[in-house]
Amino acid sequence: MEHMGIEPGRIQFSWVSSAESTKFVQVVKEVTETVKALGPNTHFVKHEAKVA
Amino acid sequence: MLEYTDKIREIAARLLKEGTVEMVIGFRKGTVPMMNEPCFVTDAGDVDRLIWDGNCGVNLANYLMDRKEKIGIVAKGCDARNIVTHIVENKIDRDQLFIIGVPCTGMIDRRKVAAAVDGEILEVSEDGHNVSVRGQGFEKVLNRQEVLQQNCSLCIHRNPVISDELVAEEVPEQQGVDRYADVRRIEAMDPEEKWNFFDDLLSECIRCYACRNACPLCYCPTCFVDESRPQWVGKSQDPIDVRTFHFLRAYHCAGRCTDCGACERACPVGINMRVFTKKLEKDCLEKFGWEAGLTTDARPPLDTFRPDDPDDFIK
Repeated sequence: MEHMGIEPGRIQFSWVSSAESTKFVQVVKEVTETVKALGPNTHFVKHEAKVA
Repeated sequence: MLEYTDKIREIAARLLKEGTVEMVIGFRKGTVPMMNEPCFVTDAGDVDRLIWDGNCGVNLANYLMDRKEKIGIVAKGCDARNIVTHIVENKIDRDQLFIIGVPCTGMIDRRKVAAAVDGEILEVSEDGHNVSVRGQGFEKVLNRQEVLQQNCSLCIHRNPVISDELVAEEVPEQQGVDRYADVRRIEAMDPEEKWNFFDDLLSECIRCYACRNACPLCYCPTCFVDESRPQWVGKSQDPIDVRTFHFLRAYHCAGRCTDCGACERACPVGINMRVFTKKLEKDCLEKFGWEAGLTTDARPPLDTFRPDDPDDFIK
Protein backbone atom coordinates (compact mmCIF):
# COMPACT_ATOMS: atom_id res chain seq x y z
CA MET A 1 0.00 0.00 0.00
CA GLU A 2 2.84 2.35 0.84
CA HIS A 3 4.34 1.55 -2.53
CA MET A 4 1.18 2.90 -4.08
CA GLY A 5 1.21 6.20 -2.25
CA ILE A 6 -0.47 5.62 1.11
CA GLU A 7 1.57 7.52 3.72
CA PRO A 8 3.87 5.41 5.88
CA GLY A 9 2.24 4.97 9.30
CA ARG A 10 -1.35 5.07 8.13
CA ILE A 11 -1.46 1.31 7.96
CA GLN A 12 -0.05 -0.52 10.93
CA PHE A 13 0.12 -4.14 11.92
CA SER A 14 0.28 -5.42 15.43
CA TRP A 15 -0.11 -8.67 17.29
CA VAL A 16 -1.71 -8.37 20.70
CA SER A 17 -2.72 -11.29 22.89
CA SER A 18 -6.04 -11.10 24.71
CA ALA A 19 -3.99 -11.13 27.91
CA GLU A 20 -1.97 -8.07 26.93
CA SER A 21 -4.37 -5.29 27.79
CA THR A 22 -1.67 -2.72 28.48
CA LYS A 23 -0.02 -3.42 25.15
CA PHE A 24 -3.40 -3.04 23.46
CA VAL A 25 -3.96 0.36 25.05
CA GLN A 26 -0.48 1.46 24.08
CA VAL A 27 -0.85 0.30 20.49
CA VAL A 28 -4.21 2.06 20.12
CA LYS A 29 -2.70 5.28 21.50
CA GLU A 30 0.25 5.11 19.16
CA VAL A 31 -1.88 4.36 16.11
CA THR A 32 -4.32 7.18 16.79
CA GLU A 33 -1.49 9.62 17.39
CA THR A 34 0.32 8.69 14.17
CA VAL A 35 -2.85 8.84 12.10
CA LYS A 36 -3.95 12.14 13.64
CA ALA A 37 -0.55 13.58 12.85
CA LEU A 38 -0.98 12.51 9.22
CA GLY A 39 -4.39 14.16 9.01
CA PRO A 40 -7.46 12.93 7.16
CA ASN A 41 -6.94 10.39 4.42
CA THR A 42 -7.55 11.93 1.03
CA HIS A 43 -6.81 8.81 -0.99
CA PHE A 44 -9.12 5.87 -1.48
CA VAL A 45 -12.09 8.11 -0.86
CA LYS A 46 -14.86 8.09 -3.41
CA HIS A 47 -16.53 11.47 -3.32
CA GLU A 48 -18.92 10.96 -6.14
CA ALA A 49 -19.21 8.06 -8.52
CA LYS A 50 -17.70 8.99 -11.85
CA VAL A 51 -20.09 8.39 -14.68
CA ALA A 52 -18.46 7.15 -17.83
CA MET B 1 13.34 -19.38 -35.67
CA LEU B 2 12.63 -21.57 -38.69
CA GLU B 3 14.54 -24.48 -37.19
CA TYR B 4 12.49 -24.12 -33.99
CA THR B 5 9.29 -24.39 -36.04
CA ASP B 6 10.50 -27.51 -37.85
CA LYS B 7 11.55 -29.17 -34.63
CA ILE B 8 8.28 -28.31 -32.87
CA ARG B 9 6.30 -29.82 -35.77
CA GLU B 10 8.49 -32.90 -35.77
CA ILE B 11 8.06 -33.48 -32.03
CA ALA B 12 4.33 -32.73 -32.13
CA ALA B 13 3.77 -35.16 -35.01
CA ARG B 14 5.70 -37.87 -33.22
CA LEU B 15 3.84 -37.39 -29.92
CA LEU B 16 0.44 -37.46 -31.60
CA LYS B 17 1.28 -40.44 -33.80
CA GLU B 18 2.65 -42.47 -30.93
CA GLY B 19 -0.30 -41.50 -28.77
CA THR B 20 1.94 -40.06 -26.04
CA VAL B 21 -0.39 -37.08 -25.89
CA GLU B 22 -3.91 -36.38 -27.10
CA MET B 23 -3.34 -32.73 -27.85
CA VAL B 24 -0.44 -30.38 -28.50
CA ILE B 25 -0.75 -26.75 -27.52
CA GLY B 26 1.40 -24.39 -29.53
CA PHE B 27 1.15 -21.31 -31.71
CA ARG B 28 -0.14 -20.66 -35.18
CA LYS B 29 0.20 -17.61 -37.36
CA GLY B 30 -2.27 -14.88 -36.46
CA THR B 31 -4.49 -13.11 -38.94
CA VAL B 32 -2.64 -9.82 -38.41
CA PRO B 33 1.14 -9.41 -38.18
CA MET B 34 2.82 -9.93 -34.80
CA MET B 35 -0.26 -11.53 -33.26
CA ASN B 36 0.28 -15.26 -33.14
CA GLU B 37 -2.55 -17.26 -31.64
CA PRO B 38 -2.65 -20.30 -29.42
CA CYS B 39 -3.29 -23.43 -31.45
CA PHE B 40 -4.58 -26.79 -30.29
CA VAL B 41 -3.54 -29.70 -32.48
CA THR B 42 -5.10 -33.12 -31.99
CA ASP B 43 -4.25 -34.73 -35.30
CA ALA B 44 -0.70 -35.50 -36.48
CA GLY B 45 -1.71 -34.32 -39.96
CA ASP B 46 -2.33 -30.80 -38.68
CA VAL B 47 1.07 -30.11 -37.15
CA ASP B 48 2.02 -27.85 -40.03
CA ARG B 49 -0.18 -25.20 -38.48
CA LEU B 50 2.31 -24.87 -35.64
CA ILE B 51 4.95 -22.17 -35.88
CA TRP B 52 7.48 -20.36 -33.72
CA ASP B 53 8.84 -16.84 -33.90
CA GLY B 54 9.20 -13.74 -31.76
CA ASN B 55 5.46 -13.13 -31.53
CA CYS B 56 4.58 -16.06 -29.32
CA GLY B 57 4.28 -13.97 -26.18
CA VAL B 58 0.91 -15.38 -25.08
CA ASN B 59 1.45 -17.59 -22.04
CA LEU B 60 0.27 -21.07 -22.99
CA ALA B 61 0.24 -22.27 -19.38
CA ASN B 62 -3.08 -20.45 -19.27
CA TYR B 63 -4.71 -23.31 -21.20
CA LEU B 64 -3.73 -26.14 -18.89
CA MET B 65 -5.85 -25.65 -15.81
CA ASP B 66 -7.90 -28.67 -14.78
CA ARG B 67 -7.44 -30.46 -18.12
CA LYS B 68 -7.90 -34.20 -17.91
CA GLU B 69 -6.16 -35.44 -21.04
CA LYS B 70 -2.47 -35.88 -21.78
CA ILE B 71 -1.11 -32.71 -23.28
CA GLY B 72 2.02 -31.73 -25.14
CA ILE B 73 2.75 -28.09 -24.59
CA VAL B 74 5.22 -25.75 -26.22
CA ALA B 75 6.86 -23.76 -23.44
CA LYS B 76 9.40 -20.97 -23.38
CA GLY B 77 11.17 -20.01 -20.14
CA CYS B 78 8.32 -18.11 -18.51
CA ASP B 79 5.63 -20.58 -19.68
CA ALA B 80 7.62 -23.39 -18.10
CA ARG B 81 7.80 -21.47 -14.83
CA ASN B 82 4.05 -20.97 -14.93
CA ILE B 83 3.59 -24.67 -15.62
CA VAL B 84 5.66 -25.37 -12.50
CA THR B 85 3.40 -23.00 -10.57
CA HIS B 86 0.34 -24.89 -11.87
CA ILE B 87 1.86 -28.21 -10.80
CA VAL B 88 2.66 -26.82 -7.34
CA GLU B 89 -0.89 -25.48 -7.06
CA ASN B 90 -2.40 -28.79 -8.22
CA LYS B 91 -3.99 -27.34 -11.33
CA ILE B 92 -2.39 -29.97 -13.53
CA ASP B 93 -0.46 -33.17 -12.98
CA ARG B 94 3.16 -33.38 -14.15
CA ASP B 95 2.49 -36.87 -15.57
CA GLN B 96 -0.17 -35.46 -17.89
CA LEU B 97 2.31 -33.18 -19.57
CA PHE B 98 4.91 -33.54 -22.24
CA ILE B 99 6.73 -30.22 -22.20
CA ILE B 100 8.34 -29.18 -25.46
CA GLY B 101 10.88 -26.69 -24.17
CA VAL B 102 11.81 -23.68 -26.27
CA PRO B 103 14.98 -21.80 -25.32
CA CYS B 104 13.74 -18.26 -25.78
CA THR B 105 15.52 -15.17 -27.04
CA GLY B 106 12.76 -12.79 -26.06
CA MET B 107 9.47 -11.77 -27.57
CA ILE B 108 8.91 -8.79 -29.83
CA ASP B 109 6.89 -5.88 -28.50
CA ARG B 110 4.45 -5.09 -31.30
CA ARG B 111 3.92 -1.58 -29.93
CA LYS B 112 7.61 -0.77 -30.20
CA VAL B 113 7.65 -2.04 -33.78
CA ALA B 114 4.53 -0.08 -34.67
CA ALA B 115 6.02 3.06 -33.12
CA ALA B 116 9.20 2.69 -35.18
CA VAL B 117 7.42 2.91 -38.53
CA ASP B 118 4.80 5.08 -40.18
CA GLY B 119 1.78 3.39 -41.66
CA GLU B 120 0.16 0.03 -41.44
CA ILE B 121 2.43 -2.97 -41.04
CA LEU B 122 1.66 -5.78 -43.46
CA GLU B 123 4.43 -8.23 -42.80
CA VAL B 124 7.05 -8.79 -40.14
CA SER B 125 9.83 -11.31 -40.41
CA GLU B 126 12.94 -11.86 -38.35
CA ASP B 127 16.29 -13.55 -38.23
CA GLY B 128 18.51 -13.91 -35.18
CA HIS B 129 19.36 -10.23 -34.84
CA ASN B 130 17.01 -8.20 -36.98
CA VAL B 131 13.32 -7.67 -37.48
CA SER B 132 12.22 -6.68 -40.97
CA VAL B 133 9.00 -4.75 -41.21
CA ARG B 134 7.16 -4.29 -44.49
CA GLY B 135 4.12 -2.15 -45.12
CA GLN B 136 2.51 -0.14 -47.87
CA GLY B 137 5.37 1.80 -49.41
CA PHE B 138 7.97 1.18 -46.74
CA GLU B 139 10.40 -1.40 -45.55
CA LYS B 140 12.51 -1.13 -42.45
CA VAL B 141 14.97 -3.31 -40.58
CA LEU B 142 15.03 -2.99 -36.80
CA ASN B 143 17.47 -4.32 -34.24
CA ARG B 144 15.70 -7.21 -32.53
CA GLN B 145 17.16 -6.40 -29.11
CA GLU B 146 15.68 -2.92 -29.25
CA VAL B 147 12.12 -4.03 -29.92
CA LEU B 148 11.90 -6.75 -27.29
CA GLN B 149 9.18 -6.65 -24.66
CA GLN B 150 10.56 -4.97 -21.56
CA ASN B 151 10.10 -8.07 -19.41
CA CYS B 152 12.03 -10.10 -22.00
CA SER B 153 14.96 -7.73 -22.03
CA LEU B 154 15.09 -8.06 -18.21
CA CYS B 155 14.62 -11.85 -18.23
CA ILE B 156 17.17 -14.15 -16.61
CA HIS B 157 15.27 -17.41 -17.10
CA ARG B 158 15.12 -17.79 -20.86
CA ASN B 159 15.55 -21.55 -20.84
CA PRO B 160 12.63 -23.69 -19.67
CA VAL B 161 13.11 -24.82 -16.06
CA ILE B 162 11.38 -28.12 -16.82
CA SER B 163 10.96 -29.85 -20.13
CA ASP B 164 10.80 -33.34 -21.61
CA GLU B 165 12.50 -32.35 -24.81
CA LEU B 166 14.18 -29.17 -25.98
CA VAL B 167 13.75 -27.94 -29.54
CA ALA B 168 17.30 -26.56 -29.58
CA GLU B 169 20.41 -26.09 -27.49
CA GLU B 170 19.89 -23.90 -24.46
CA VAL B 171 20.53 -20.22 -25.06
CA PRO B 172 22.93 -18.30 -22.80
CA GLU B 173 21.13 -16.55 -19.94
CA GLN B 174 21.49 -12.79 -19.74
CA GLN B 175 24.01 -11.68 -17.16
CA GLY B 176 24.13 -8.54 -15.06
CA VAL B 177 20.58 -7.43 -15.81
CA ASP B 178 19.18 -4.77 -13.50
CA ARG B 179 15.66 -6.15 -13.19
CA TYR B 180 14.24 -3.75 -10.65
CA ALA B 181 15.35 -0.31 -11.79
CA ASP B 182 11.72 0.68 -12.42
CA VAL B 183 10.59 -0.46 -8.99
CA ARG B 184 13.42 1.40 -7.27
CA ARG B 185 12.49 4.55 -9.14
CA ILE B 186 8.98 4.36 -7.69
CA GLU B 187 10.25 3.43 -4.23
CA ALA B 188 12.33 6.60 -4.18
CA MET B 189 9.28 8.82 -4.73
CA ASP B 190 7.42 10.48 -1.86
CA PRO B 191 3.86 9.28 -1.11
CA GLU B 192 2.15 12.00 -3.13
CA GLU B 193 4.36 11.37 -6.15
CA LYS B 194 3.66 7.66 -5.88
CA TRP B 195 -0.05 8.25 -5.72
CA ASN B 196 0.04 10.49 -8.76
CA PHE B 197 2.29 8.10 -10.66
CA PHE B 198 -0.23 5.28 -10.33
CA ASP B 199 -3.15 7.61 -11.01
CA ASP B 200 -1.49 8.56 -14.25
CA LEU B 201 -0.53 4.96 -15.06
CA LEU B 202 -4.07 3.67 -14.66
CA SER B 203 -5.94 6.64 -16.10
CA GLU B 204 -6.39 4.87 -19.44
CA CYS B 205 -7.74 1.64 -17.97
CA ILE B 206 -11.14 0.63 -19.35
CA ARG B 207 -11.45 -2.40 -17.06
CA CYS B 208 -11.81 -4.88 -19.87
CA TYR B 209 -9.96 -7.41 -17.70
CA ALA B 210 -7.82 -8.55 -20.62
CA CYS B 211 -4.81 -8.57 -18.27
CA ARG B 212 -6.62 -10.91 -15.92
CA ASN B 213 -7.79 -13.20 -18.69
CA ALA B 214 -4.34 -13.44 -20.26
CA CYS B 215 -2.75 -14.25 -16.92
CA PRO B 216 -2.13 -17.93 -16.20
CA LEU B 217 -2.35 -17.20 -12.47
CA CYS B 218 -5.87 -15.81 -12.68
CA TYR B 219 -7.87 -19.00 -12.67
CA CYS B 220 -10.35 -18.43 -9.84
CA PRO B 221 -13.78 -19.79 -10.87
CA THR B 222 -15.24 -16.42 -9.91
CA CYS B 223 -12.85 -13.50 -9.88
CA PHE B 224 -13.23 -11.07 -6.97
CA VAL B 225 -14.17 -8.32 -9.41
CA ASP B 226 -17.05 -10.36 -10.82
CA GLU B 227 -18.39 -11.34 -7.44
CA SER B 228 -21.49 -9.37 -6.46
CA ARG B 229 -22.41 -11.07 -3.19
CA PRO B 230 -20.53 -9.64 -1.49
CA GLN B 231 -19.26 -7.03 -3.86
CA TRP B 232 -15.62 -6.61 -2.91
CA VAL B 233 -14.82 -3.85 -5.32
CA GLY B 234 -16.82 -1.24 -7.21
CA LYS B 235 -17.42 -2.05 -10.84
CA SER B 236 -17.26 1.49 -12.12
CA GLN B 237 -14.45 3.28 -13.86
CA ASP B 238 -13.92 5.49 -10.86
CA PRO B 239 -10.14 5.82 -10.37
CA ILE B 240 -10.43 4.30 -6.89
CA ASP B 241 -12.21 1.21 -8.23
CA VAL B 242 -9.73 0.86 -11.07
CA ARG B 243 -6.84 1.12 -8.65
CA THR B 244 -8.39 -1.36 -6.24
CA PHE B 245 -8.78 -3.88 -9.04
CA HIS B 246 -5.18 -3.53 -10.18
CA PHE B 247 -3.45 -3.68 -6.84
CA LEU B 248 -5.63 -6.49 -5.50
CA ARG B 249 -5.02 -8.54 -8.62
CA ALA B 250 -1.31 -7.96 -8.17
CA TYR B 251 -1.50 -9.19 -4.59
CA HIS B 252 -3.18 -12.37 -5.79
CA CYS B 253 -0.10 -12.93 -7.93
CA ALA B 254 2.41 -12.33 -5.14
CA GLY B 255 5.06 -15.03 -5.08
CA ARG B 256 3.50 -16.59 -8.19
CA CYS B 257 4.12 -14.07 -10.94
CA THR B 258 6.92 -15.00 -13.35
CA ASP B 259 6.86 -11.64 -15.13
CA CYS B 260 5.87 -13.32 -18.40
CA GLY B 261 4.38 -10.03 -19.57
CA ALA B 262 1.10 -11.56 -20.80
CA CYS B 263 -0.92 -8.91 -18.93
CA GLU B 264 0.89 -5.97 -20.46
CA ARG B 265 0.85 -7.61 -23.87
CA ALA B 266 -2.90 -8.15 -23.72
CA CYS B 267 -3.74 -4.63 -22.58
CA PRO B 268 -5.57 -2.78 -25.38
CA VAL B 269 -4.46 0.61 -24.09
CA GLY B 270 -0.88 -0.33 -23.27
CA ILE B 271 -0.81 0.03 -19.49
CA ASN B 272 2.32 -1.36 -17.89
CA MET B 273 0.58 -3.01 -14.92
CA ARG B 274 3.73 -5.06 -14.41
CA VAL B 275 5.00 -2.31 -12.10
CA PHE B 276 2.61 -3.72 -9.47
CA THR B 277 3.63 -7.37 -9.80
CA LYS B 278 7.26 -6.40 -10.21
CA LYS B 279 7.32 -4.78 -6.78
CA LEU B 280 5.88 -7.93 -5.20
CA GLU B 281 8.34 -10.04 -7.12
CA LYS B 282 11.19 -7.91 -5.80
CA ASP B 283 9.90 -8.14 -2.23
CA CYS B 284 9.57 -11.92 -2.49
CA LEU B 285 13.12 -12.18 -3.71
CA GLU B 286 14.57 -9.85 -1.09
CA LYS B 287 12.57 -11.03 1.92
CA PHE B 288 12.07 -14.72 1.18
CA GLY B 289 14.75 -15.48 -1.40
CA TRP B 290 11.97 -16.73 -3.63
CA GLU B 291 11.50 -16.68 -7.35
CA ALA B 292 8.29 -18.20 -8.66
CA GLY B 293 8.17 -21.35 -10.70
CA LEU B 294 11.77 -22.53 -10.51
CA THR B 295 11.13 -25.87 -8.81
CA THR B 296 8.30 -28.24 -8.01
CA ASP B 297 10.04 -29.28 -4.78
CA ALA B 298 9.54 -26.12 -2.73
CA ARG B 299 6.37 -24.54 -1.38
CA PRO B 300 5.78 -20.86 -2.17
CA PRO B 301 6.42 -18.32 0.62
CA LEU B 302 2.73 -17.52 1.03
CA ASP B 303 1.82 -21.04 2.07
CA THR B 304 4.75 -21.79 4.34
CA PHE B 305 5.69 -20.48 7.73
CA ARG B 306 9.26 -20.15 8.88
CA PRO B 307 10.11 -18.76 12.31
CA ASP B 308 12.65 -16.47 10.68
CA ASP B 309 10.15 -14.92 8.25
CA PRO B 310 10.69 -11.14 8.25
CA ASP B 311 8.18 -9.48 10.59
CA ASP B 312 9.58 -5.99 11.23
CA PHE B 313 6.29 -4.47 10.12
CA ILE B 314 4.41 -6.02 13.06
CA LYS B 315 4.62 -3.77 16.07
